[in-house]
Amino acid sequence: MTIHYTRTAKSLHWLMAVLLIGLLALGFYMQDLPLSPEKLKLYSWHKWAGVTAFLLVVIRLSWRIANRPPALPESMPRLMQWAAHAGHFALYALMIAIPLSGWLMSSAKGFQTVWFGVLPIPDLLDKNRELGELLAGVHKALNLLFVAVLLGHVGAALKHHFIDKDDILARMLPKH
Amino acid sequence: MKRFLFALALAAGLPLAAQAANFNQVQNDKSAIAFTYQQMGVKVDGKFRKFAAKLNFDPAKPADANATFDVDLASVDAGAPEADDEVAGKPWFNTKAFPTAQFVSTGVKAVGANRYDVTGKLTIKGKTQEIVVPATFNAQGTTGVFDGSFTLRRGDFAIGEGTWAKFDIVANDVLVKFRITATYGK
Repeated sequence: MTIHYTRTAKSLHWLMAVLLIGLLALGFYMQDLPLSPEKLKLYSWHKWAGVTAFLLVVIRLSWRIANRPPALPESMPRLMQWAAHAGHFALYALMIAIPLSGWLMSSAKGFQTVWFGVLPIPDLLDKNRELGELLAGVHKALNLLFVAVLLGHVGAALKHHFIDKDDILARMLPKH
Repeated sequence: MKRFLFALALAAGLPLAAQAANFNQVQNDKSAIAFTYQQMGVKVDGKFRKFAAKLNFDPAKPADANATFDVDLASVDAGAPEADDEVAGKPWFNTKAFPTAQFVSTGVKAVGANRYDVTGKLTIKGKTQEIVVPATFNAQGTTGVFDGSFTLRRGDFAIGEGTWAKFDIVANDVLVKFRITATYGK
């Protein structure tokens, strides 16, 4: 019998999956656009969504700490279990580090983050062109790393389902 | 008695005469013209790196004061390098055709202690409007500092045309702030 993730954990997982894929696509798309009202709008939306994703990951981590996820199957080799934990740790670390790097980058570039155009997030850094460029590089590098870990995450879930034929993927899907 | 009164008048008058001074030597390194605009609720600061200011101001005779500002629009810092290039371009300042923004005062009125309303003509991009700029003046010895700000509606001067003409992304109101430091000369 499959022990599922909680309904809350599943909702947060899939909500964030959609949000983060959208954020990644938007982020990579908007960076090379010529300056236009459209570009400024997309940047604002990206920042609003980024703050939202950060709040969601904080809620999600709190939930995960209070509600332990189901254990990995005994059939999994030790090394694979370790790799699964390391992968999940990396995903969470990046889900926290990426919005923080985006927020710091915005501050250093002199554009405060104002959530939904209403709630100003304080600037931790003063405007500094060189630091802004550096943090933009950091934000991009972290995202490339995130894409790599994400591909591993999706690949591993599909391998569990179609090759190992265990219930790893099923326990994150809606119950029938 | 007459001599005494005369001496008293002289004594009373002298400090006034000493205070009467024309602040007309603008200190460029201690002066600034900056602005703040809003982009989808985000306040962005900018400034002009180059401008020329001329003024004559005697605190005892504010009505006789006058001021002229010539702002080199290509020297704009609009908050980001990408924005600087954009704002110099045709839809915004069109600096090739209109390199300078000019303010020429037409009247100065004292409205309170150290507070003045400066009326004048502001010309940007070939469009001229009369504006009233509230300013304060504070002198320390031979140096006087003028501080003031006013709200400029970019739409009034066609700053940001075409796709930028709507105010949903970049707001119409731009807060222009200045600080002019001048010492007095002859």
